[in-house]
Amino acid sequence: MKNIRGILVTLVVVYVITAFLNENFLGGYNQSKQLERTGLYGILSLGVAFVIITRGIDLSIGSVVCLVGCGLPWLVVRHGWHPATAVGLGLLVGLVIGLFHGLLITKLKLQPFVVTLCGLLIYRGATRGITDDQSQGFGNSGYESFREWGTGEIELVGKFSLPYPFLILVVLSIAAWIFLRKTIWGRYLFALGNNEEATRLSGVNTDRMIILSYVICSMLASLGGMLFILNGNSAQPSDYGNFFELYAIAAAVLGGCSLRGGEGTILGVIIGTAVMQLLKNMINLVTWLETHMEFFIVGLVLLLAVVMDEIAKRRAAKKRLG
Amino acid sequence: MGDCLLEVRGVTKRFPGVVALSGVDLQVREAEVVALIGENGAGKSTLMKILAGVQPADEGELLIEGKARQFSGVHEAQEAGVALIHQELNLADNLTVEENMFLGREPRKFGWINQKLIHEEAQRVLEMVGLDVAPDTILSDLTLGKQQLVEIAKALSTKARVIIMDEPTSSLSLSEAERLFEVICDLRQRGVSVIYISHRLGEVKELADRVVVFRDGENAGKLEREEIEHDAMVRLMVGRDVSQFYQRTPHELGEVALLVKGLRSVEHPEHTLDFEVRAGEVVGVAGLVGAGRSEMLAALFGAQPGLGGEVTVGGVTGLPRSPAEALNRGLALVPEDRKGQGLILDMAVKENMSLASLRRDAKGPFVDQTKEEELTKEMTEALSVKTPGSWQLARYLSGGNQQKIVLAKWLALKPKVLLLDEPTRGIDIGAKEEIYLLMERFAKEGMAVLFVSSEMEEIMGVADRALVMHEGRISGELGREDFTEEAIMELATGRTLKNAS
Repeated sequence: MKNIRGILVTLVVVYVITAFLNENFLGGYNQSKQLERTGLYGILSLGVAFVIITRGIDLSIGSVVCLVGCGLPWLVVRHGWHPATAVGLGLLVGLVIGLFHGLLITKLKLQPFVVTLCGLLIYRGATRGITDDQSQGFGNSGYESFREWGTGEIELVGKFSLPYPFLILVVLSIAAWIFLRKTIWGRYLFALGNNEEATRLSGVNTDRMIILSYVICSMLASLGGMLFILNGNSAQPSDYGNFFELYAIAAAVLGGCSLRGGEGTILGVIIGTAVMQLLKNMINLVTWLETHMEFFIVGLVLLLAVVMDEIAKRRAAKKRLG
Repeated sequence: MGDCLLEVRGVTKRFPGVVALSGVDLQVREAEVVALIGENGAGKSTLMKILAGVQPADEGELLIEGKARQFSGVHEAQEAGVALIHQELNLADNLTVEENMFLGREPRKFGWINQKLIHEEAQRVLEMVGLDVAPDTILSDLTLGKQQLVEIAKALSTKARVIIMDEPTSSLSLSEAERLFEVICDLRQRGVSVIYISHRLGEVKELADRVVVFRDGENAGKLEREEIEHDAMVRLMVGRDVSQFYQRTPHELGEVALLVKGLRSVEHPEHTLDFEVRAGEVVGVAGLVGAGRSEMLAALFGAQPGLGGEVTVGGVTGLPRSPAEALNRGLALVPEDRKGQGLILDMAVKENMSLASLRRDAKGPFVDQTKEEELTKEMTEALSVKTPGSWQLARYLSGGNQQKIVLAKWLALKPKVLLLDEPTRGIDIGAKEEIYLLMERFAKEGMAVLFVSSEMEEIMGVADRALVMHEGRISGELGREDFTEEAIMELATGRTLKNAS
């Protein structure tokens, strides 16, 4: 719990400030919307957290979102595939991409930054090629029940409800938490993120674990991409998912993942995502904050959080030595 | 003591919850080599950091030529003529020798770096330390020994009058170390003083004009030139007589536990290695740095798979392709670089101890946390690891206790063959003895122990038999009764014994 205290405080502070600045913020509709956004983006953050724990990085997430997000309506609407088959293929594409990244990184010893940067370019370029750079979507009718996965919600009191994407995130988070904290593989991931060589010399097949983390990341990115398009209905291949990898990485870092590897908690990553969404929401709601200042404010908050975290860590280390 | 170049009076340094130094004194005269010895945690490094301006003292005085000084940074210490050479070299691999020497204080001419001046000055100082390389050589092209000399040259170029060397020989080969000693003697001739920190008492005896011993942050005593003897130093460091581990009962040998035939490592593919180790036997591998000893262990353990040959352990024959494979056959490796290869520094003691046996003890895919705690408790007791708890991060334990954690990790698997690479490097004397006793105990329990060591005393004290390596091959084998420093040295330098068996 100690390592998520900082981000929890940030969440509460942003929440309270926004609530004071705009009375609509606390409304049921807006609150549910925040949960929905957190759910969608959180799935991507969750994925990248796995990779960051192994001391890696994945810059291709946004492009995978684009490829699978545009690919789903392209297959279903344009080519008449059964939605289930298309979803299956989407996940398979994620798996193959993750496998591809992981193999290049472990067997050829390429740097994760370079491999996934190339991925970022390739998958977006491929999507634009495949779709002929045309906007993709489900249109206005015919796919309502399929789109429920991204748009549905369980209604509670007032206008407040639990959106499906958020529920999906909760389920995935629990699974991820169990994986990371309770299984031997989770332990191996943290160990190799701290010291890959020592972990390998302890008889762990570190390559396999690293590949697994990239597969998890890309599969969650493709799942996220499908939920995004089901939720939003239409996508432009040229900019769909732009910067999503950076949102995901920022949320993971806010939530306590260190790019030096071996650190991170699932709860932290989820809260980190929520903070990112709240900041966006705050900028939208508070009239004297210009929307185009979004990056400025998000960047500033991220920097502040990282600085505070580092200071807290140093204090803790000193105490521990004493 | 009027001609003191540097004097420390009653320096105290406290860290939260611990007193690192309490009222220590140290005098260094002009043109004198003072060896500062003590176990890990005795406060040597803390004092050196204070002298070099890395951190301030809480109490006490620091006098240079009789004048009280207080350094608030490394630069001020440098200006006062005190230079510190760290154990791990602080040089930039990708820069040239001269660029390294003047890094951060490049002489300028019209705002531009004065290359010519740097070049000439570098040349001059390199000659002083007898280093015969061009100043524009890229540092990474030099051997570690030569890089060390570059550090010394760098210190000299700051006009240092006191050079502090922290374990300078820990990564040098024998001949490089000899060269360093010559340079140190030469520096003394020129009037430069050296504070020499080392765990290697043989070196201290050879070099030092005076020995100052620290224990638990206090002065434990000092020895003048004629009093410097191995036993006297150890007594002051440990505060008691250390029992000799030379007298011990010979081991009961069992079956051949490790059989190596025609093993070829990646570094020395031209030589094949053949030997065997029996259960209950402790075999030492001696040789100079670079003789291919670590590479042999790496090949045995599959850490860097060999190119060919056969390794037989526990009835399975074949070349291990990965550590995972080696471990399944009953091999275990305690690597040389404890922090880099042995431990996960930022994980808990228990997580380190259970890492290798995690899969065996797992309940399905889940970590069995009860078993993990039990294992940690058992190992902590069996190896008497000193830790405040199983949750403590490995980072915060002493070198000796860290090494015990690495041992515990492997013992949990009950290996048939235990490979150790420099098992006591950087560990203080008391803890070393404990590690030796453990190695002996494992052998008694029927394990085959094969260890690499660069310390002659360690080979002669602990091993039943020694393999000596030279340039990638086994140049000879000595039984315990034939152990002499001369015999091992001859084989290690490639001369074959006339009456070798």
